[in-house]
Amino acid sequence: MFMKRPLAIAAIVAAMIYPGIASGQETIKVGNTMPYSGPGSAYSEIGKVMKAYFDKVNDEGGIKGRKIEFLSYDDGYSPPRTVEQARRLIERDKVLLLAGTFGTPHNLAIHRYVNMRKVPHLFIGSTGNAWNDPKNFPWTVGWQPNAHIEGKVYGSFLAEHHPNEKIAILMQNDEYGRSFIAGIEEGLGDKVSNIVSRATYEATDPTIDNQIINLHKTGAGVLINLSTPKFTAQAIRKVADLNWHVVHIVPTAAASASQVMQPAGIENSQGIITAAYLKDPTDPRWKDEKGMVDFRAFMAKYAPQANAKSVFSVIGYSMAQATTYVLQQAADDLTRDNVMKVATNLQGVELPLLLPGLHLENKPDDVAPIKSLQLTRFEGETWAAFDPAKQ
Amino acid sequence: MALTDTIHTQAPPTLKAIIGGLIAVAAIAVPFLLDGFQVFQATQVLVLAIAIMGLNLLTGFSGQFSLGHGAFFAAGAYVTAFFLTDGSFPYVGAVLIGGVVCFILGLAFGFPALKLDGIYLALATFSLAVAMPQILKLSILTEWTGGVGGLVLMKPEAPQGIPLDADQWLYFVVLAFAAVLYCLVTGLISGRTGRAFLAVKDNPLAAEAMGIRVTNVKVLAFGYSAMITGVAGGLSALVTAYVAPDSFTLFLSVNILVGLVVGGVGFIPGAIIGAIFVHFMPTAADSVYQGLQGVIYGIVLIAIMLLAPKGIGGLFRR
Repeated sequence: MFMKRPLAIAAIVAAMIYPGIASGQETIKVGNTMPYSGPGSAYSEIGKVMKAYFDKVNDEGGIKGRKIEFLSYDDGYSPPRTVEQARRLIERDKVLLLAGTFGTPHNLAIHRYVNMRKVPHLFIGSTGNAWNDPKNFPWTVGWQPNAHIEGKVYGSFLAEHHPNEKIAILMQNDEYGRSFIAGIEEGLGDKVSNIVSRATYEATDPTIDNQIINLHKTGAGVLINLSTPKFTAQAIRKVADLNWHVVHIVPTAAASASQVMQPAGIENSQGIITAAYLKDPTDPRWKDEKGMVDFRAFMAKYAPQANAKSVFSVIGYSMAQATTYVLQQAADDLTRDNVMKVATNLQGVELPLLLPGLHLENKPDDVAPIKSLQLTRFEGETWAAFDPAKQ
Repeated sequence: MALTDTIHTQAPPTLKAIIGGLIAVAAIAVPFLLDGFQVFQATQVLVLAIAIMGLNLLTGFSGQFSLGHGAFFAAGAYVTAFFLTDGSFPYVGAVLIGGVVCFILGLAFGFPALKLDGIYLALATFSLAVAMPQILKLSILTEWTGGVGGLVLMKPEAPQGIPLDADQWLYFVVLAFAAVLYCLVTGLISGRTGRAFLAVKDNPLAAEAMGIRVTNVKVLAFGYSAMITGVAGGLSALVTAYVAPDSFTLFLSVNILVGLVVGGVGFIPGAIIGAIFVHFMPTAADSVYQGLQGVIYGIVLIAIMLLAPKGIGGLFRR
């Protein structure tokens, strides 16, 4: 007892002094907004995994001895709340940068503000087309390939490998559907006349059977299906019912094996093509691959409560890695200007969970860091790589 | 509801004037004592208080329920944003147009609402709140609403020669709106119309027997209420400088209602208390224990209902 008490006091005193000795310098504050509550809360896995990753970086010594303090606030998936939280992060907490802020309208809401404040706004969780505009918004750097890029990937694939097939397009009649079209046409180039028919549906329609039947009648050999998951599943089923043997392309946002392919019927989904940029944790191809093994070990140790099979976890992990990379490269001069210099001059940065062949690459007048996607095909129960040249 | 609920003894006039003066001084001092972010928060609270005041006029004084005031808030915000996207239209005018549009919407919704009472009216307005974000996303309206992406507008700056930054200026703009609307509402309540509202709320049959046109009064209450909430929406668009469908979900309507109940139904100054609660409680709950913020929020709300059944504002009334 007598021995224990001084020991305990010493421990407390040490604990109080220790952070001062250990860091000696301030922490590096990284700000983030996430829908931890509200209708978008499923996405918050991204924020939790980012936090866990920065914990790991700190355990391993931080950025040149400085710890990363990741401040991630709930915006309830409401854009005005995002504005408030972003202002809290920038004006109160004085974060060095924002990273991985989530949501298209949410980032649009703070887009002008962060640029006016000249705060780096990096690796945004949004598929919007607005994040590669360095002339007007020099402080914003996006993340995943936008719909335009994705459309272009499909277009050039078709122009090269199915140059003589007629193309039918099914499209949700809103910006989501429309955002792909320009890219597809650009990718098709002079084969754009192959598009013989375009059918639209409203997101409120109960079914799209009629549209599929009409597209089938055109005799097209390719179906580009720019729909959202529920309708994608319906379309897959209807195409199978009609016994329509078609090269079927679905957007990556509707390519969830569990939410689309299983309800539509695994047997009906064979051969469907989509594009991806990250490794899917359920894909058997990566089961024993180092990047994925490390990821699983990380998840088990630092984020045991998060879902290691979810693609959101992979996104959070990769975003945090990209942010860490930028901080490491800018570590000698951690100013906002220098952070932007690094973040807009990424050259061949490898991230373990990007698909092979993809890396972060941008330059000051074209800041989108991930510029390409790879085609994958549904085989068996999951997505598998395929080489378009060899089919 | 009993008559005694809404008729209460007034505080002595001198005391009232002193309290009013102190509040006015405090309200004007706020932007000079706080930093930019806090001024921004205070402005948001004021906006919310105006919206709650709008609902209070409807629920507290004419006895009609609404779970859909977020929809009027959204309409006011969108109309305002629509006029301000290119930055040439005067912003006060845009907010006022938003208010007028909401007045018309309120009247239009007030008519069918006449047939419904109490909880049924609450459900009908609820459907309005549920439908609003989807309506705003409709592709045929995209040209005006900006679809899912919403609309970005120019944030008003202080006029030349006034040494205030944008946050402080906006605070005073919103404060001026709040003060004018507060005077209008208190004037309305203490006058003929207000007594008609109360009579209809307390006993529609008796009111009708006294020669009050119950239909007109109810519809008018809906119109005024929607207008005030619409003005709040318009101001919120100025403050955030951005509107999007996801800003106006069902949660907003629920928040306005919670603010009303916490502040005190039928007590106009209670709106500010309700707004402070609604605005800061989620963050406060979050800082107590992340992951259980909803539970903490709920417990606090229940505690308030038990300890102050007439809302926190009710504690200040005798």
